[in-house]
Amino acid sequence: MNVNRRSFFQMLGITGLTFALGKKTKANPNNSSRIDFKGILYDSTRCVGCQSCEFACAEANNLPEPTDSPEAGKFRKLSEFNRCIVNCYNTSKGEVYVKKQCMHCNEPACDAACLTQAMNKTKEGPVIWRGNKCMGCRYCMVSCPFDIPKFEYHSANPKIQKCDMCFSRISEGGIPACAENCPAEAIVFGTRRELLKEARKRIVETPDLYYDHIYGEHEAGGTGLLYLSPVPFQELGFKTTLQNSSYPELSKGFLYSVPSIFVLWPAILIGLREATKNNHLKNHEND
Amino acid sequence: MINTEYTLAKNSKGIKTWEFLKQEFKPKGKLLTPFNIISLPIMLLGLVLIIIRFWKGIGSITNLTQEVPWGLWIGFDVVTGVAFAGGAYVVTFMVYIMNLKKYESIVRVTVLNGFLAYVFYAGALLLDLGRPWNVINPIIGNSFGTSSVLFLVAWHFLLYMIAQLIEFSPAIAEWLGKKRAHKILSRMTIAAVIFGITLSTLHQSGLGALYLMAKDKIHPLWYSEFIPIMFFVSSIFAGLSMVIFEGSISFKVFSDQISEKAHQKHKGIIVGLTKICAVTMFAYFFLQVLVFVHSQNWHLLSTPMGFWFLIELLGFVFLPMLLFIYSYKNNSPLMAKIAAIVTMVGIIINRLNITVIGFRWDAVSHYYPSWMEIVVTLAVIFTELWIFRWIINRMPVLRESPLWAKENK
Ligand code: SF4
Ligand code: SF4
Repeated sequence: MNVNRRSFFQMLGITGLTFALGKKTKANPNNSSRIDFKGILYDSTRCVGCQSCEFACAEANNLPEPTDSPEAGKFRKLSEFNRCIVNCYNTSKGEVYVKKQCMHCNEPACDAACLTQAMNKTKEGPVIWRGNKCMGCRYCMVSCPFDIPKFEYHSANPKIQKCDMCFSRISEGGIPACAENCPAEAIVFGTRRELLKEARKRIVETPDLYYDHIYGEHEAGGTGLLYLSPVPFQELGFKTTLQNSSYPELSKGFLYSVPSIFVLWPAILIGLREATKNNHLKNHEND
Repeated sequence: MINTEYTLAKNSKGIKTWEFLKQEFKPKGKLLTPFNIISLPIMLLGLVLIIIRFWKGIGSITNLTQEVPWGLWIGFDVVTGVAFAGGAYVVTFMVYIMNLKKYESIVRVTVLNGFLAYVFYAGALLLDLGRPWNVINPIIGNSFGTSSVLFLVAWHFLLYMIAQLIEFSPAIAEWLGKKRAHKILSRMTIAAVIFGITLSTLHQSGLGALYLMAKDKIHPLWYSEFIPIMFFVSSIFAGLSMVIFEGSISFKVFSDQISEKAHQKHKGIIVGLTKICAVTMFAYFFLQVLVFVHSQNWHLLSTPMGFWFLIELLGFVFLPMLLFIYSYKNNSPLMAKIAAIVTMVGIIINRLNITVIGFRWDAVSHYYPSWMEIVVTLAVIFTELWIFRWIINRMPVLRESPLWAKENK
């Protein structure tokens, strides 16, 4: 029986070891920062809450038109019937409108979670969902730190609804419907690098207008959606405690330890089996 | 078709296999037992609910929300069910790897239990899939999401079921009287065991790793980067507690199949298992405390969730650990059974705390399973028990193998 205890700790040690090893072999930090992803800069100081983006989005994606409008203190939720939503917040600088949709993360948790690659970070930048691959497991919803993907619970052929940055329009050289229809130029479409530059420029040129932070520059490893705000972001209902490294990083340690366990385990098991062959005889005496 | 089978397949006693099978498929025993009376209506109701689910969508019978997309079916059926099925890899490890032949008599029933648990509880996953017709995608390889922990877990489920089927297959061969097949299948056991233990290590911990990316959604007292290790270690005593619990019931229900000698031996087996449970639970407890101290969450202990955390850790890990030690020291199978039940409740609490109760604990609308989700879960469990009983009554699982099988090795 002693062997049992020892072997248990061996097991533990080895699992621990491979976890530690897995950690060290972290992937090169952000290949993605070198790729020129497309993104969107949203400036809530410009947004007037007219919902043009919501209507344009609904039309572009065959979704029902919004029936209510943003009001201060009322929280409108993203759901399976919309892909973007504008809310109004009472802040230290008065009422501020802010639009919410998929953040199009540089290294999306949903993409890493998806076991069928239905959720996919395209090389252009948008994170898209492909119905012919998805099996509806909803692991993307569990994993997304922004709680974005929505599921059609009341359909026999349910889809995942989330913004895809109008991927089909972009592929044909167009721009997202929301960006095209915003009368206040609050939504700008471009490459992430340009947009970051533009955002910094705005903060530097009118520091009184902006809170000095670009949400999405580092959050969750960087996102394709970049936000400017007049007030600290928690006042606008943003999650400000998210980690700055990407979310897939969290399970990489585990995934990297898998091959080593596959090699080590059988070898150890065979070894143990040989080493304990005599147990057999001993046990019989005990009986 | 039937005719060729009819003439080709003869078993050792000369009875035609087809006839034999036809006979075996007839129900044995009384129909109106209390168990049947309770389970049958629930299974029928469950079936109706499953039909509604596929017709009207998952939302028609579940309370799942956009914030909590995985509920009872994943948190209990899959995550908890698989932890309980961990007994199979632990017992095969003890018998085939550590050569502790004392436990050989419980291998078959444990493996059978494990196999059925995987088929049904992992099968419950299919009910939860919104687009199940695409389930072949990650299997046939036109869309490999290799960076996904779920991909790994799904594949391991599949492979492990095959490994377990191989481990169990000699019993099927004995039932059908196929001597040659028995010989071949028996030789494959060790390889299947080694493969199976490796797979189990990975997917038991993998079930925990599923939740690693949900870092901001799980209550900090339950989230740590060590979830995978915790899941693995706790699956050892979860599985063994299930073995103790299930064994004590099987020995009553199927007492006609078990010889007096085996009855005596079983006491020794249970007490032996309690020692392993106690040791692994101590390690688990120790790890939990380490992780807790490391995470510096002291301030959370005085919140309601903090109390709940302490209840789980002290009442359902530390206490049953003491009970296991007591049962080992005093050679008391009764105490072992009590400890096993407390441990199992603790495992259910722990898995649900991570997957359901502590998941988006801060969300505005909480998720509670609907009665229909619970009925479907019960229906799944009852169906499994029916199949289990069917097999036990026919194949040499609890009862001794036929003589020829012993010589065949
Ligand atoms: S915000 Fe969520 S859904 Fe959108 S890309 Fe990031 S992880 Fe995926
Ligand atoms: S629900 Fe679909 S898109 Fe989301 S992880 Fe599962 S298979 Fe991928």
